[in-house]
Amino acid sequence: MSELTLTLIKLGFLALLWMFVLAVLSVIRSDLFGAKIDSRTAASLAPNNSRTPKAAKPVKKRKGLPGSVTIADGPQAGVGATLVEEPVIIGRGSDCQIRLDDDYSSTRHSRLFLSEGQWWVEDLGSTNGTYLDGQRVTRPVPAEIGGSIRIGRTTLNIAK
Amino acid sequence: MSIASTSVIQIIPRTRRGVELWLLIVAIAVAVGAYVNIGLTVQDKIPASTGYYAAGIGLLALIAHFALRYRAPYADPVMLPCAVILNGLGVAMIHRIDLGLAAVAEANGRTPKAPAAPQQITWTAVGVVLFLVVILVIRDHRRLQALTYTAGLAGLVLLVLPLIPGLGVNLNGARIWIRLAGMSFQPGEFAKVCLVIFFAGYLVVKRDVLTLAGHRFLGLDLPRARDLGPILIAWAVSLGVLVFESDLGSSLLFFGLFLFLLYVSTERAGWLIIGGLLFAGGAYFAYQTFGHVHRRIQDWLDPFSIDGGQVASGLMGQAWGGVLGRGLGQGRPELTLYGQSDMIISSFAEELGLTGVIAIILIYTLIIERGLRTALGCRDIFGKLVATGLAMSFALQVFVIVGGVTGLIPLTGLATPFMALGGTSLVANWAIIALLLRISDQARRPQTPAAPVSDETIAMAVQKQ
Repeated sequence: MSELTLTLIKLGFLALLWMFVLAVLSVIRSDLFGAKIDSRTAASLAPNNSRTPKAAKPVKKRKGLPGSVTIADGPQAGVGATLVEEPVIIGRGSDCQIRLDDDYSSTRHSRLFLSEGQWWVEDLGSTNGTYLDGQRVTRPVPAEIGGSIRIGRTTLNIAK
Repeated sequence: MSIASTSVIQIIPRTRRGVELWLLIVAIAVAVGAYVNIGLTVQDKIPASTGYYAAGIGLLALIAHFALRYRAPYADPVMLPCAVILNGLGVAMIHRIDLGLAAVAEANGRTPKAPAAPQQITWTAVGVVLFLVVILVIRDHRRLQALTYTAGLAGLVLLVLPLIPGLGVNLNGARIWIRLAGMSFQPGEFAKVCLVIFFAGYLVVKRDVLTLAGHRFLGLDLPRARDLGPILIAWAVSLGVLVFESDLGSSLLFFGLFLFLLYVSTERAGWLIIGGLLFAGGAYFAYQTFGHVHRRIQDWLDPFSIDGGQVASGLMGQAWGGVLGRGLGQGRPELTLYGQSDMIISSFAEELGLTGVIAIILIYTLIIERGLRTALGCRDIFGKLVATGLAMSFALQVFVIVGGVTGLIPLTGLATPFMALGGTSLVANWAIIALLLRISDQARRPQTPAAPVSDETIAMAVQKQ
């Protein structure tokens, strides 16, 4: 077989091999440049975004156990969790009960938990710290109704 | 906690099985193309067995594809084609070196050894059967969490199996093989899967303790002394593998896997530093004490000091290959010792050049990326950790063996996943791909509105601390 044919076969095979790699890359490019959100998903997201932050107005401190914790401002306003018995973990990780879309929060940032008949806020070794009513949380501190937690750029309100 | 269910990464649910079928066709075309190419250049004709080869690999790939279609429709569309193309290319290269070795034997007037390629095809079939078994039997990967300690025990037993006198055999200086019914197996390959399940199950329960307890020192979160137990055990076991089985590669793999999962589950860099120091200490001790480790390092620092050394001849082959390679069938990869197994990447570098090897490494990277993506999308912590561990096991193996062959790090005997000659490794890798696909099916499947199970799993994991 001639030298030229051999070279052509060689280059042809390499081209075929790369074609496979490029085909795979084009299949997964949504991972690299973000997926298009179809109308159905967009519709389900819309109500969340347009909701006005009702919790923004200050609530007086009151006796009793807190019942919920809710994001107060920004695009995620209104997202939150009810405080029943289980601890609530707040952070960027997808396993958190309240998942923040905030670049200044850590994956598992802080935790609310029930102990001795009281809810407590605890920092989980986050990079930027957790603040309860402007005070940095260094050890578990009691969480009371009307308190506000700041995590990164997000403020969360504790309500009844 | 109904609000929590909105907090899962947005993935548009599409099965994408059609895309997978197209990619599979391209993958099979590449593998058959390699086979025909080798026939044309070595024997000057299209080999008569092309039909069987194409039908065999095509049939196996299609069986796997249809199993996914019916049992894991939302599984990742990219992993199976990537595995098929690597396996196909590996078989083609093994066949090509068979032809080369036969020619050498003929020139020296010896009878050639039995070809290794048919054996590898048989093992591929066994691998695909195991793939089917995993996909059909394990319907939900979370079930595996119940087997955490069973898997840990099985992993340990598999690890020490080669040490049992009469069962284990010493091959090429490493005691990692067992001989049963006239065939040899490498139980460590399956130990890998068992240990990943064990590590993941263990860390799901313990990660909160490992993350939260501890004190700060020099800007690092250091764990408490009593939490160091597991990492010390993992370290001792991997050193034991190194000492008693003389196997650098698997020792590195097991310890690396544990360390990675520990880091991923706790997010604390302190573990990596402690682990790195422990590993460095162990490696230095091994270098001082064991002849074979010493030799490997020597061979790495100065590959050309030994006449006809394995690393040296591999490097010569790679250099001869250059950017575009000699072309399939036109190099002399048979001259390198273990050109079909440990050094198969150097055989590819010789015949496909840098261009081809980069493509192969990219295909590995794609499998690893898809594995990590599965971990990100997965809704339960156990699944996340298993997917991360399995993907990292590929990453570590490829890094260790390609790094060794190219002279970046000392060469250690780890199998190149899917490509290298060796039945156990191939079969175990097919099982790993099946597990990853099973988890990715769960991760990509559209979430049912209430998502009761995933929330419960999270709550359970939180309560367990």
